[in-house]
Amino acid sequence: MLLSVDSINVYYGRIHAVRDISFEVAKGEVVTLIGANGAGKTTILQTISGILQPKSGTIKYEGVEIQNKPAYKILQSGLAQVPEGRRIFTNLTVRENLEMGAYTRHDKEGITEDLKKSFSRFPRLEERRNQHAGTLSGGEQQMLAIARALMSKPKLLLLDEPSMGLSPLLVQEIFRIIRDVNEDGTTVLLVEQNAQLALSVADRGYVLETGKVIMSGGAKTLLVDERIKAAYLGGEA
Amino acid sequence: MYFLVQLINGLQIGSIYALIALGYTMVYGIIKLINFAHGDIMMVGAYLALLLLNNGIPIIPAMLISMAGCAIFGIIIERLAYKPLRKSSRLSALITAIGVSLLLQNAAMLVFGSAARTFPDLTKGMPSFQLGSNSVNILTVISIVLAIVVMIALQLFVTRSKAGTAMRAVSEDTDAAELMGINVNTTISMTFAIGSGLAAFAAILFCMAYPQVTPYMGAMPGIKAFIAAVLGGIGVIPGAMIGGFILGVIEALTKAYIPSGYSALSDAVVFAILIIVLLVKPSGLLGRPQREKV
Ligand SMILES: Nc1ncnc2c1ncn2[C@@H]1O[C@H](COP(=O)(O)OP(=O)(O)O)[C@@H](O)[C@H]1O
Ligand SMILES: [Mg+2]
Repeated sequence: MLLSVDSINVYYGRIHAVRDISFEVAKGEVVTLIGANGAGKTTILQTISGILQPKSGTIKYEGVEIQNKPAYKILQSGLAQVPEGRRIFTNLTVRENLEMGAYTRHDKEGITEDLKKSFSRFPRLEERRNQHAGTLSGGEQQMLAIARALMSKPKLLLLDEPSMGLSPLLVQEIFRIIRDVNEDGTTVLLVEQNAQLALSVADRGYVLETGKVIMSGGAKTLLVDERIKAAYLGGEA
Repeated sequence: MYFLVQLINGLQIGSIYALIALGYTMVYGIIKLINFAHGDIMMVGAYLALLLLNNGIPIIPAMLISMAGCAIFGIIIERLAYKPLRKSSRLSALITAIGVSLLLQNAAMLVFGSAARTFPDLTKGMPSFQLGSNSVNILTVISIVLAIVVMIALQLFVTRSKAGTAMRAVSEDTDAAELMGINVNTTISMTFAIGSGLAAFAAILFCMAYPQVTPYMGAMPGIKAFIAAVLGGIGVIPGAMIGGFILGVIEALTKAYIPSGYSALSDAVVFAILIIVLLVKPSGLLGRPQREKV
């Protein structure tokens, strides 16, 4: 397993946000965590990335426990995140944002090469490369957030609700990119409220409710599951 | 000519304010703390330089050693006093900063005594030139130029280098910066080191103009520099530089042109300008309007 999360518990003060959650991601997979607002999805990703520490439980990445490592070391080991709400650096230029994505790398030529790759994948970013990132549209900011995370050459990419606040057309584009990134060999852990969409790209899924895993299985199975249909794929989807 | 001399005086004191203001603004930018002990770090720098000079170390190495010493000292203060409070309320950090300030002043008094010590006259043996009936020492001009060079170098570092860009990233969003693999603790230490080193540099320029070293010498320039930082837009590096120079020049000119019995008015003028600027532009001259983080 590339990532194994084993019975982690995460608290905010007295709030028990993540309860005994376990799941796994194998190399090459797209795995999705779905669940309503407040289910604990963001908390899980922040804990994997080292921004939060679990009170108990272990997180193994490539067989090594990482739950007590600082965030910058976790990134260095090949695990990058596209955080909820994009969190791009609005006062930095597009190019500087991408350079920060490559912060831990020292191979100048490789970075230049990957900058070119980002720009060919996201031509809109190239046009705006010297603009402050805060001037970008919502969709462009999401693309920048993804491109920035990819600049570290991650083996595992965590994405937290990349579809949030985007038009249906842009959402489709973002998901096409996610598929593309996965086909290039990057393993993906995708968090979404939009279950239909997430399950349509994922190999497997875990369904969360108030901090617990209540169901898991192959994406195709979950997609047709009556309970999931009722709870998450209802009228709007 | 008199005006020109006063302008040079203003630029000299302004460059000192600007250098100290940079420390306030950089630290505020990165951890949103008004480091009230910053003026006292300048005082520590002055004592360090004084000790070195009195032991026969020439000025340039004395200055560099004092800057390095203060840089390390700034890192230690942050680690011991502020880091444990990083997740606490801003008020507790602020109160801690005031505590550190009092601690440094009292420690200095204990070690060096409260009597003022005289800083060696560095202008001795340096050439002067005449402007009308006033003579201006070449060292005054050199110190202004040197301060400006240091500030330009800092600006280039912050805007062009990878470490400087990381510093700006941390100041905007600490968690996101950490997700990029930036070691936030190291970046914060670096910020304190640079700010404190600049304060030590300012201390020597200050002692050239007012050759007295006391445990409380950091208080007044500290407050003025803080005002300069707010005036320019706290958190904005060029703002601190411009704010410092504006403040210094206004102060020198008001002192020069207000009848001597009313010289206290010059401080009133400084505060009045600050209030007017903040009424018109609450974020300061170069400040960006505050945007709430989500
Ligand atoms: N910073 C925080 N402080 C306190 N409680 C929080 C914080 N962030 C999230 N929570 C709580 O933790 C639970 C899980 O939140 P979150 O992980 O953001 O869920 P999701 O991403 O699935 O919407 C929620 O009940 C939320 O209110
Ligand atoms: Mg969330």
